[in-house]
Amino acid sequence: MPVQYEGVKEEHLAVRSGCGIFDVSHMGEIRTSGPEAEAFLQRLLSNDVSKLALGGAQYSCLCAPDGGILDDLFTYRLGEQDYLTVTNASNHESDLAHFLEVAADFEVEVNDAHADWAMLAVQGPAARDLVAGLASSELPARMTAAAVEIAGAEVLVCGTGYTGEAGVELMISPEHAPAIWDALLAAGARPAGLGARDTLRLEVCFHLHGHEISPERNPIEAGLGWCCKEATGFIGAEAIATAREGGTPERLVAFKLTERGIPRDGNELLADGEPVGVVTSGTFAPSLGLGAGMGYVRAEQAEPGTSLEVDVRGRRRAAEIAAMPLYEKHN
Amino acid sequence: MAAEETYPEDLRYHPEHDWARIDGEEATFGITWYAQEALGEVVFFEPPEVGTTVSKDAAYAEVESVKAVSDVFAPLSGEIIAVNEAAQEEPELINNDPYEGGWMVKVKLSDPAEAEALLDVAAYRELLSD
Repeated sequence: MPVQYEGVKEEHLAVRSGCGIFDVSHMGEIRTSGPEAEAFLQRLLSNDVSKLALGGAQYSCLCAPDGGILDDLFTYRLGEQDYLTVTNASNHESDLAHFLEVAADFEVEVNDAHADWAMLAVQGPAARDLVAGLASSELPARMTAAAVEIAGAEVLVCGTGYTGEAGVELMISPEHAPAIWDALLAAGARPAGLGARDTLRLEVCFHLHGHEISPERNPIEAGLGWCCKEATGFIGAEAIATAREGGTPERLVAFKLTERGIPRDGNELLADGEPVGVVTSGTFAPSLGLGAGMGYVRAEQAEPGTSLEVDVRGRRRAAEIAAMPLYEKHN
Repeated sequence: MAAEETYPEDLRYHPEHDWARIDGEEATFGITWYAQEALGEVVFFEPPEVGTTVSKDAAYAEVESVKAVSDVFAPLSGEIIAVNEAAQEEPELINNDPYEGGWMVKVKLSDPAEAEALLDVAAYRELLSD
């Protein structure tokens, strides 16, 4: 996946106004099946896997015993005892090793399915209609998945995405992926790259592993407490319950610059001249037309409206903590 | 929307893809078509302040695309006497009109003879073709 095709800003705005496609085949997949598949995933994943209906999708964290976030994952329930979990490319091997280690205690089969799937994300207000025009049957609703024939090939269509727009993610047998890519382009979708994927997700405050979340951060401080159901007893639940109960010293916030400038990852955040945190992702936000980002600050300084400064390569830029998401569709 | 690839005959060029339009003891600086194309859509331009000095071959300004920050290098030395405020308001001028509306600063040269080290258009085009 290239950083850009036409230009990050153009691709970003094309997704917000029409339809873009991202080749995200670098994402990994782990397939889990067997009589104890649900109990096994319940042990690993932070969300309540028993609530995952057949054909449903669920977001969760994969945590270490200390609550640190090893990865964030989407899991799709394909059959009664059959689940597909999508991993971040850079964590795929370590996630798989972790799955296999825990699997020893369960009657379950865990397979590396990375090579079985190409993945295309079709995103934007026009995305669903565009894909529906190539599909043999109705597309699954948001947060569900179903097998649908698209441009003559069987595709697992998932009502998920990483842009804040309507759309689908297509899981495709790799030999059929080029033809589907071409069919989507012919139908009017615009190719979009990694650069636009990053600015789109940042505007809607979706986390990126290695930036907002990492093994050094727990889901509570990252604002992901909503996908942690400690009562299920998943690995890390105790530490997360403690963090939820007692609060965390820092919290993830979104911010906008109130003057010109572009914050970047690693820039220091200051309040009243004192360091209070660090930028985890920063960019020029094309739909907002200004510099914006996310970062961790001391919990007592985390309220929206709080004035900050961002140290951008030695120059201090005025900023303000903003409500999440930074960008919200108004139609 | 982006400009056609051009390299005006009347400019002198620095190998870091900067141009100077020299008028006696003053000069205007900017970046070349090649530089803006490599950078992508400029969304932020940070000029130096009027009255500060710049040195030949040293960074004097920053331009940013969505993804990256780039330094802009001074083709000649001198004191900043004007900055292009329009390009601060509308950084896309640097892409759309790199030699006119997208100029960056005007400089009072401290050593006009430095210009002898700059490239003419033929030499700059040759550098680009390598």
